[in-house]
Amino acid sequence: MSILTYIAGWPLLAALALIVVPRNCRVIIRAVAVLATLISAVLAIKMFCGYNCATPDADGYRFVQQIPWVESLGISYHVGVDGLNVGLILMGAIVAFAAALCSWEIQTREKEFYILLLVMTGGILSAFASLDLFFFYFLHELALVPTFIMIGVWGRGEKKNYATFQITLYLSIGALIALIGLIALYLQSGANTFDIPKIIEHAKTNPLAVNAQNFIFPLLLFGFGILVSLWPFHSWAPLGYGVAPSPTAMLHAGVLKKFGLYGLIRIALPLLPQAAQSWAHVIAWLCVGNILYVGWVAMRQKDLNLLIGNSSVAHMGFIFLGIASLNLIGVTGAVLIMVAHGFLAALTFALSGYIYKQTGTLEISALGGLCRKLPFIGTALLMAAMAGCGLPGFANFVGEATVFFGAWKMFPAVTVIALWGALVIGGIYMTRTIRNVLHGPLPEKWNSLSDASNAWRKLPYALLLASLLVFGFVPKLLTEKINPDAQKIVAMATSLGSTAAPAVVVSAPLTTSVLTDVASAKAPEAGALPETVSIGNRQLAIENK
Amino acid sequence: MNSSLIMLEISVIGLGLVLMLADLFVPAERRRFIGYAAIAALGVLLVTSLSGNGSCGQFGTAFGGMFVNDALSLFFKQLFIVAAILVLFMAAEFSDKLAEGSVAEYYSLIVFALAGMLFAASSNDFTMLFVSIELITITFYVLVSFQRSKLQSLEAGVKYLILGALSSSFMVFGIALIWGTTGELNFTKLAAVAPQFADSRIFLLGVLLVLVGLGFKIAAFPFQIWAPDVYQGAPTPTTAFLAIGSKAAGFVLLLRVLFTAVPSVTAHWANLLIVISGITILYGNLCAIPQRNLKRLLGYSSIAHAGYLLLGVAALSASGQSALLYYLGGYVFTVMAAFFVITLVMRQLATEDISGLAGLNQRSPLLAATLTIAMVSLAGIPPLAGFFGKFVLLKAVIETAQTTGNHGYYCLAFTALAGVIISLYYYFGVIRAIYWSKNPADLSPIELSSPAKLSIWACLAGIFWLGLFPNTVLNMTNLAAAALGK
Repeated sequence: MSILTYIAGWPLLAALALIVVPRNCRVIIRAVAVLATLISAVLAIKMFCGYNCATPDADGYRFVQQIPWVESLGISYHVGVDGLNVGLILMGAIVAFAAALCSWEIQTREKEFYILLLVMTGGILSAFASLDLFFFYFLHELALVPTFIMIGVWGRGEKKNYATFQITLYLSIGALIALIGLIALYLQSGANTFDIPKIIEHAKTNPLAVNAQNFIFPLLLFGFGILVSLWPFHSWAPLGYGVAPSPTAMLHAGVLKKFGLYGLIRIALPLLPQAAQSWAHVIAWLCVGNILYVGWVAMRQKDLNLLIGNSSVAHMGFIFLGIASLNLIGVTGAVLIMVAHGFLAALTFALSGYIYKQTGTLEISALGGLCRKLPFIGTALLMAAMAGCGLPGFANFVGEATVFFGAWKMFPAVTVIALWGALVIGGIYMTRTIRNVLHGPLPEKWNSLSDASNAWRKLPYALLLASLLVFGFVPKLLTEKINPDAQKIVAMATSLGSTAAPAVVVSAPLTTSVLTDVASAKAPEAGALPETVSIGNRQLAIENK
Repeated sequence: MNSSLIMLEISVIGLGLVLMLADLFVPAERRRFIGYAAIAALGVLLVTSLSGNGSCGQFGTAFGGMFVNDALSLFFKQLFIVAAILVLFMAAEFSDKLAEGSVAEYYSLIVFALAGMLFAASSNDFTMLFVSIELITITFYVLVSFQRSKLQSLEAGVKYLILGALSSSFMVFGIALIWGTTGELNFTKLAAVAPQFADSRIFLLGVLLVLVGLGFKIAAFPFQIWAPDVYQGAPTPTTAFLAIGSKAAGFVLLLRVLFTAVPSVTAHWANLLIVISGITILYGNLCAIPQRNLKRLLGYSSIAHAGYLLLGVAALSASGQSALLYYLGGYVFTVMAAFFVITLVMRQLATEDISGLAGLNQRSPLLAATLTIAMVSLAGIPPLAGFFGKFVLLKAVIETAQTTGNHGYYCLAFTALAGVIISLYYYFGVIRAIYWSKNPADLSPIELSSPAKLSIWACLAGIFWLGLFPNTVLNMTNLAAAALGK
């Protein structure tokens, strides 16, 4: 049994166990949930640390396990990690643990809540680990449905029903469009298996027909795009997160939402290279919508949760930009932001959940001076806001800077706009929020607020902040793992039809080096190494300034 | 002639007769328990058929090729017996709503309808097709109007009778035209001569009229008009049997006619099937949205599901047929679970309105969870049977789209998705009524008898089994679909 099976299996097992626990044993229910997510977080850290020592299999995946499931369709339970998902699984497990710790705010029907939380955790962790197209989708759906129920039952505010309805509709549509795309991809690939490594291997010798690619890619792009709140399909996100209970918002915004992006990188780029090249411009300009338009919307928000929700949508734009750049630096940066934003989104929603629990409102104008009564929470919120506007030292900065380097060659105009959006707009709304929520006079009614008192209460925030800082200061932990595999993806995404898309010509230096690698059948790692170093240097250079 | 092949059918008819006779000797207050004897007998038949010892496991033809036993008929016979067992359980729970002492008669009619379905599964001839369909339909006329004191039930019975008779007459007319032009009634022989008549309009009209009759059985657009009224008015176990048995019988005959008897004609009718399937899906789902009566809602939902099942027919491929069979397998357990809960919850209530579900999660967590799971599975959400069924159906449709290059199939796939999304609204509306209704009127716990619990757990097990471990059943359906192509 692979360690990955255990990481995702413990939460699912705990969910099953909770069914038989009587509902008035609240302490036991909570303890089981926290313990299960703790185990999976510890295992994920162990897996992350042991990643370099583990021997990769023939396709470059580690900790692999494969069990046939439906032979006639070529579906098997196949899990494994490479550089693309190792960080995501680590992030997901830590966020899940933090979300379980933050669930003390749930006071009604706790048993059902924890069962759903654990199903969601197990589903999404195994979806990220899955190397089988069917399970990849299946497990994501398994994680998605509890989200709707949790928002519908434990959501807050008057718009609860509307938001539940909207998020259910949007995400189901997105998931089903992606499903059509995935089925079409499976059939078109001709490999007659749902096994992703086998399909990729097969596509290396028998690439998909270009017109089929042009049909499938938009399905995947918009299907996954809706799941990731790609502009203009983002309107479900701020409202949905605004009403969601904070553990749900943490898990969804932090972890589940990365599924669509991961799917694009893992499946769409290597298998549909020509289509990806011709759609790259579209993606790049759509992500301007995310970064600029949603950033502006965020500036106008009067509710803290809506502001955080909008800023989280805006951050998705950077990841799309990284993917659209179709080069090693950009894709590496996209994966980095996925991990960093997971921690950040979870942290901010956890903090806003704490404030809501204490004050009963998230209306920014009603808050103020909270730092005096809530020094720990206030400081954490300040740090999260700084991470959100890309302050060096936090993991987000590393990812965003890397994406900008990668995107500059391909889309200079978009990059300039995105930089402006990130630094100026993000800076404005984040600092303004800090001023209005944490500083200034403290309204009298908030005199009775109490800060996170004991270590258990502080732990989730501290854990998420620490993760942001660790990956902010030592991004090499991630980049050295991401690089070789991002290189493979980029090689497949650009090597085939480089004459077709003008986009690729711009990034000629990088592409040609990749091309020579492929042509001379060298191990891709050889080409990747100098790139890693240069990324590290550039970051250091900027940090020093 | 090989009469040992029809031992299963003979035993079932014998069982129906015994049940009728038992009515004479068992006192009225104990007749309810006759049903459990019938269930035990059907259980024995199911086990023998599963172990491969029964007559339906022996493959071959009888009565000069009119009756055929193959992998397809085996699959459907097992499905029908499972459905009948669950319906009998339901009928036992429903017995106090029927006229005093009449329940034994109700049981025997269910068993006779089952016999009709078993014959339908083995039909290889238009005569056999018509006889088995009439056996099913005429029994259902009685079953639908069985609550003689209830106006709605009688109304439903009359509607079903008139429309059923109309569709039967269409079908007979169609069969007459086919026989008149080709001189053949046997499916296998017809397949050999059908290509010669590909241009004969009378022959094509005949096939079309047969399809009209079958379309009525499966409640496909534009012959769906009876379904909501009849579903609403009929006694709940009858509704459940209509939704499963009658529909599945319609589908097995449709498969035999389209792919065994006239494959050369079917190949040209892809677009017709695509359009019918797409409209049926949209019609069923859109009309279900405003419904407040739970049985009527499920009536419209069953129309929508006829549309999803037609995806497998329209795909015109073995994988489409196999997917259809798989979907039907999951549909049996899901719909049975839903109707079981309706039977148990609504028997104390005068209304069948969705609001009657309010507070169900406090009255009986098991029933609440069962209905939720059934709705979620009907909506097609993993890890339940409905999801895998829809997945294989969609896969088959897209596969055909890619092999034939007919863009209509892509449109059909997207129509199906639109249907799924629309259906989320009303299925979740039911779930919402269970868990989030304000001020439920009645919070008294619902007592469940142990047979009821047993059958509910069986349905749940079936839903999860087909959703999580599709391998066994998928192999069965692949074999069955392969038998069709021979």
